[in-house]
Amino acid sequence: MKPVATLIVRRGGAHEDPSWSRFEIAYEPGQSVLDGLRRIRIETDPNLAFRYSCINANACKECMMSLDGKVVYACTARLEPREMRLEPLPNKPHIRDLVTEIAPPDERLTNHSR
Amino acid sequence: MSGVPETIRLKTDVLIVGAGAAGISAAIAAHDAGAEVTLVDRSLIGRGGATVMAQMTVAVGLGDEVPDDWRNHFADTIKAGRGLCDERLAAILCEDAPAAIRQMDEWHVGWARHPDGRLKQAEAPGHDRPRCVYVDFLNTGPAVSRTLRTQVQRRPLIRRIGDLAITDLVKEDGAVCGAVGFSVSSGQPVTIAAHSVIIATGGLTRLYRRNSASANMGGDGCALALRAGAELIDMEFVQFFPIGHLAPRLIGMDPIMWDPFRYKLGGRLLNAQRREFIGDYDLHENGRYRATRDVATYAILKEVEAGRGSPAGGVYLSFQHVPAAMLREAFGPVIDRLAANGIDLTRQAVEVAPMAHYHMGGIRVDPCFQTRVPGLFAAGEAVGGANGANRLSGNAISEALVFGRRAGLSAVARARAAKALAWRDAAAFAALALLDGRAAGGGSANPAAIIDRLQHVMDDHAGPIRNEKGLSAALTEIVTLARALGAAPPPAQTGFDTVRLDWFDARNMLLVAEAVIRAALARGESRGAHQREDFPALDSGWALNQVLRMESAHLVLEKIACPRIVAREAAQ
Repeated sequence: MKPVATLIVRRGGAHEDPSWSRFEIAYEPGQSVLDGLRRIRIETDPNLAFRYSCINANACKECMMSLDGKVVYACTARLEPREMRLEPLPNKPHIRDLVTEIAPPDERLTNHSR
Repeated sequence: MSGVPETIRLKTDVLIVGAGAAGISAAIAAHDAGAEVTLVDRSLIGRGGATVMAQMTVAVGLGDEVPDDWRNHFADTIKAGRGLCDERLAAILCEDAPAAIRQMDEWHVGWARHPDGRLKQAEAPGHDRPRCVYVDFLNTGPAVSRTLRTQVQRRPLIRRIGDLAITDLVKEDGAVCGAVGFSVSSGQPVTIAAHSVIIATGGLTRLYRRNSASANMGGDGCALALRAGAELIDMEFVQFFPIGHLAPRLIGMDPIMWDPFRYKLGGRLLNAQRREFIGDYDLHENGRYRATRDVATYAILKEVEAGRGSPAGGVYLSFQHVPAAMLREAFGPVIDRLAANGIDLTRQAVEVAPMAHYHMGGIRVDPCFQTRVPGLFAAGEAVGGANGANRLSGNAISEALVFGRRAGLSAVARARAAKALAWRDAAAFAALALLDGRAAGGGSANPAAIIDRLQHVMDDHAGPIRNEKGLSAALTEIVTLARALGAAPPPAQTGFDTVRLDWFDARNMLLVAEAVIRAALARGESRGAHQREDFPALDSGWALNQVLRMESAHLVLEKIACPRIVAREAAQ
């Protein structure tokens, strides 16, 4: 049997009761957690929300999230053939799924539209 | 709840779309010239885009390392461009670069220096002398981004808005009067009335599966400009970075990281027989780094095609002849990051292969960085022409800083001359209908899967080596994908709607991919980054630029003479 990485992902918006999705992806060594999430968007669930920009350079710092209770960059966290639990950052306002509001307050639209 | 979400309305003198080095430079210049500026990005301000990912080189004729002059930099830029550069833009790039680089130094970007205070300048392929400043280690992009972010934050009158995706420009009386888009985080439609709009959205490397840029480099700027009536130029010239990392797989490292290693340490590019092969194609490297990107890309792909590639489908890059102490001195902590990925360069070669890296083509502008649409400007990689058929290492950050500043000043001049804002809701009706759910014709396909498919098609058929059959097949496939995507986005959902963002990205990417392919099909010769298997030779009759525009929803191509500024001496 081929090894499988299982991503258990916190879903839903800021004011909804949390639910969890379970995604199984074929495991290959040398993939990041972000690689796994992007594959899910293409193959299984286009609606799964997470932030990223630079993909794998650890340069943009946008893909911060919580993996098994620890804050990581999804692009530098290694995908592993086991259950991995992903949640949004605990200390930032939650938007949806794995996305939180991480922009400085004066760079948010809500503070420029009155 | 009402079905139509409330539209947020903003206004400004100068709207800048894209907050990399070009956009931020434009914002600073426009602000300091007295304009009210709004800087928006679909990602976070100063984090997305290509700037933050730059590894090392920034080309500038400073003369700190060895005597130099901007004219030498210009001559090398023109030579690398294989006869197609817009010399007016190339001259601006090279002439303004020293001041831009000194300005960044005053802003404490941290350029690497000699003990006596002179900036260190590395030699990169295609430059006739050491010319490229950098920030150690592999830190140029993050340092440039951080420095510019700090400067823009010190100017509180520059309104900065992240997570705002611009979907269309709006025109009134033939001139741009603003833009519409949506808040990525809330989904709300947004209108921004402006006297001038500067597109600084970078390139289109996301069209390709193997690429070195960030997720938002899907050619949005080219698509916005085309739909607004502006022209694109040199779309067929996509630069592939010859030695993108291929294997063993690395986590958390930029695939273009091997270039700095080559600048500092040379390194050897080897085929499956472990033989240096670049000499078979153009020039001998002998452990130095000499071949320009177009030549190296071509040589690597031809070795692979001839069956002399590495197991993963590239070639080897070896530093095994470099002592461990020298590796450590040149790259310090990077050596540890490689070790964490199980790579010891003293014991093994890595596998590398070309990947999409930069777009020489882009939006056609005049030397004031204005398009043919009044009020619409462009800056940075989004501009086409300055680098012709092949860009020199190090010119991308320089042009971002220089073109950004120039475009910012031009945009202010137009805003000053204007009276009241020309915005009219009726002019924005169709664009807004796509955003507030009134437009019909949405497909049900997964736009992320459409983008994935498009990236494979472009890698397979519109890479550095092309032919008519493959390009035609790609065109057919794009039509199919566009039909699957549909004419309107899926219904909006609450909060960070990824499907909607992917839909608008796919809409732009399909249009821009078509522009690349049509220009590549028409150019029946091989030159620089565009190599046709069915037209393998350079044809002097093709020393021309191709311009694309949209006429009643169709792309139209036209050939024009390359803009020159000096009488060129006969090449041979």
